[in-house]
Amino acid sequence: MQLNRDELLGAYRRMKTIREFEERLHEEIKTGEIGGFTHLYAGQEAVAVGICDQLTVDDKIVSTHRGHGHCIAKGCDVKGMMKEIYGRAGGLCKGRAGSMHIADLEVGMLGANGIVGGGAPQAVGAAIAARIDGKGRVGVTFSGDGACNQGTTFEAMNLAVVTKVPAIFVFENNHYSEHTGDAYAVGTSKDIASRAEGFGMKAWRANGCDFFETYAAFTELLEYVRAGNGPAAIELDTERYYGHFEGDPQRYRGKGELDRIRAERDCLKAFRARVTGAALLTDADLDAVDAEVLALIEEAVAEARADEQPDPATVADDVYVEYY
Amino acid sequence: MAIMNIREAIVSTLHAEMERDSDIILLGEDVVGGNGTAGGPEAIGGIWGTSPGLWKKFGPERVIDTPISESAIIGAAAGAALSGKRPVAELMFADFVGVSLDQIWNQMAKFRYMFGGKTKCPAVVRLVYGAGMQTAAQHSQSVYAMLTAMPGLKVVLPTTPADAKGLLTEALRGDDPVMFFEHKTLYGVKGEVPEGDHRQRFGEARVVREGGDVTVVACGRMVNFSEKAADAVAKDGIGIDLLDLRTTSPLDEDAILESVEQTGRLVVVDESPPRCSLAADIAAMVTERAFTSLKAPPAMVTAPHSPIPFARNLERAWVPSPQKIEEAVRRVLAFR
Ligand SMILES: Cc1ncc(C[n+]2csc(CCOP(=O)(O)OP(=O)(O)O)c2C)c(N)n1
Ligand SMILES: [Mg+2]
Repeated sequence: MQLNRDELLGAYRRMKTIREFEERLHEEIKTGEIGGFTHLYAGQEAVAVGICDQLTVDDKIVSTHRGHGHCIAKGCDVKGMMKEIYGRAGGLCKGRAGSMHIADLEVGMLGANGIVGGGAPQAVGAAIAARIDGKGRVGVTFSGDGACNQGTTFEAMNLAVVTKVPAIFVFENNHYSEHTGDAYAVGTSKDIASRAEGFGMKAWRANGCDFFETYAAFTELLEYVRAGNGPAAIELDTERYYGHFEGDPQRYRGKGELDRIRAERDCLKAFRARVTGAALLTDADLDAVDAEVLALIEEAVAEARADEQPDPATVADDVYVEYY
Repeated sequence: MAIMNIREAIVSTLHAEMERDSDIILLGEDVVGGNGTAGGPEAIGGIWGTSPGLWKKFGPERVIDTPISESAIIGAAAGAALSGKRPVAELMFADFVGVSLDQIWNQMAKFRYMFGGKTKCPAVVRLVYGAGMQTAAQHSQSVYAMLTAMPGLKVVLPTTPADAKGLLTEALRGDDPVMFFEHKTLYGVKGEVPEGDHRQRFGEARVVREGGDVTVVACGRMVNFSEKAADAVAKDGIGIDLLDLRTTSPLDEDAILESVEQTGRLVVVDESPPRCSLAADIAAMVTERAFTSLKAPPAMVTAPHSPIPFARNLERAWVPSPQKIEEAVRRVLAFR
């Protein structure tokens, strides 16, 4: 894998944008201005970016309740997302979605999903459409270690295998489904990829806190799927830095666990060390990106705060395209 | 009498009933919490705090944390109920009925009838429902009307701690499948709860107020909103008969009809869209059975025909409000 300077800077920018978006939300939520459930993606950035950076705008992704990272990686407008999370009229979904249902069809982001396991079959549908359209596009679904236990996920995997469509199952194992550990809830000795193999799919495994490892594994996978070999799966071992949702006291964490994963499993730190060590980018290059990202997030929050609330008279608009 | 909130009433009833009857088991996502983590089991005790202490007291055979698999949770409850146990299955959000509907609707609800009355299915499904916390389109719905429409299910919606205890006890001692709805904004509602054995029969509406001018029928959180509306119109000397249905299946038709025969005016309040709703069901029943008593067309106060939006002000616009109930009361009174 040879990423050029622009690609490296772009990947770093997107990972950093996700991180800072989430770090800022973590603070903003304490003010009480943002309602509902917000599930932060911080810690898992290398997965979203390592994968979405290799997709085109016409490839489709289907996301989860923890969707901010997938959105940003696939190219959703960061300011539109922030407005959406604030429930504003200018939000990507006019304030109707909030954090949990953000979608932007124009960039091939078919939606975050409040229903765990709700998305996997939809990626198979996207893959069916992609095969008919014949342009080598794929449908990608992200599922957690919790979602991998849902019947819809199994059904989707089998459907993809028997129809041999270009569907990609990305399993992000952050080791928790809400407050329950994967050691308890995932029956296949914590090996989710083996389930995909059980359904007859080729599967890859990678360290999801390492951008380069994730990227390289997905390059192979994508080549395989785009070549018409049918569906494939990848399991990424990753970490979530915050609670399941904002407000979660996280009593299930081990002593020092959060400090440890921040110190040892930080995809941004690892990226910086790698690219500066190999003299591909300098610290100054990356610091400049950091500053731009922080400024963008600052603007996004300010604009979201200043944006209007949706007009209550529109509450029942957009239920149908046409209703007669 | 003890003072407690609805959450505490549910927890203490589960403890008491599981102690009394060793056939009662509990299963659901994170009902223990912390399994397979460094924090260890019962680091949580249910995300709504409705099952603390149960795992410690009754052990992992009776208190079962499940993976995220709603079809299997409800299906396992159905099978355990057919096998002599009394399962309580928790759906963390009532919206997840969508994931597990077959096991509720085609299985649990129909066993007794399909099998010629030879079996019973004493399962209780606890469903956390309702809007008001900006949990948006897939975590806020009040799906009681849909389940009320399914023959074979009993549908229960406590609004007070006393009823939470009485209705849950009744559900756990009865032999039919019960859908037990807990409104996510009502867990903290406090009140007196009778000590010892307390059962509240299903199909007996609670008379919240007797005022004589307009009959208001509500369930769940809409009972509290209707009380606010009743306070508002009381200032103008308007008296409300307010009925809290407690259960929508069975439905206390007599209580509704008796009140409407006195008042001649009906307002039905329902936290859901209007089509095929509980409001429509009751308005139709009253129109058919008490037509000659009616002095005004029944009024339905419902949400609009739309999913539930996220934004705070949109969600407020969606949920029936005390103001809308008040307007409906004044409208049916003004009808000549
Ligand atoms: C059908 C359904 N069941 C349960 C939930 C509640 N819930 C939301 S997220 C979650 C855990 C998901 O775990 P995982 O798939 O590992 O994703 P993660 O949160 O770790 O990103 C649960 C149980 C839900 N939203 N939908
Ligand atoms: Mg997880």
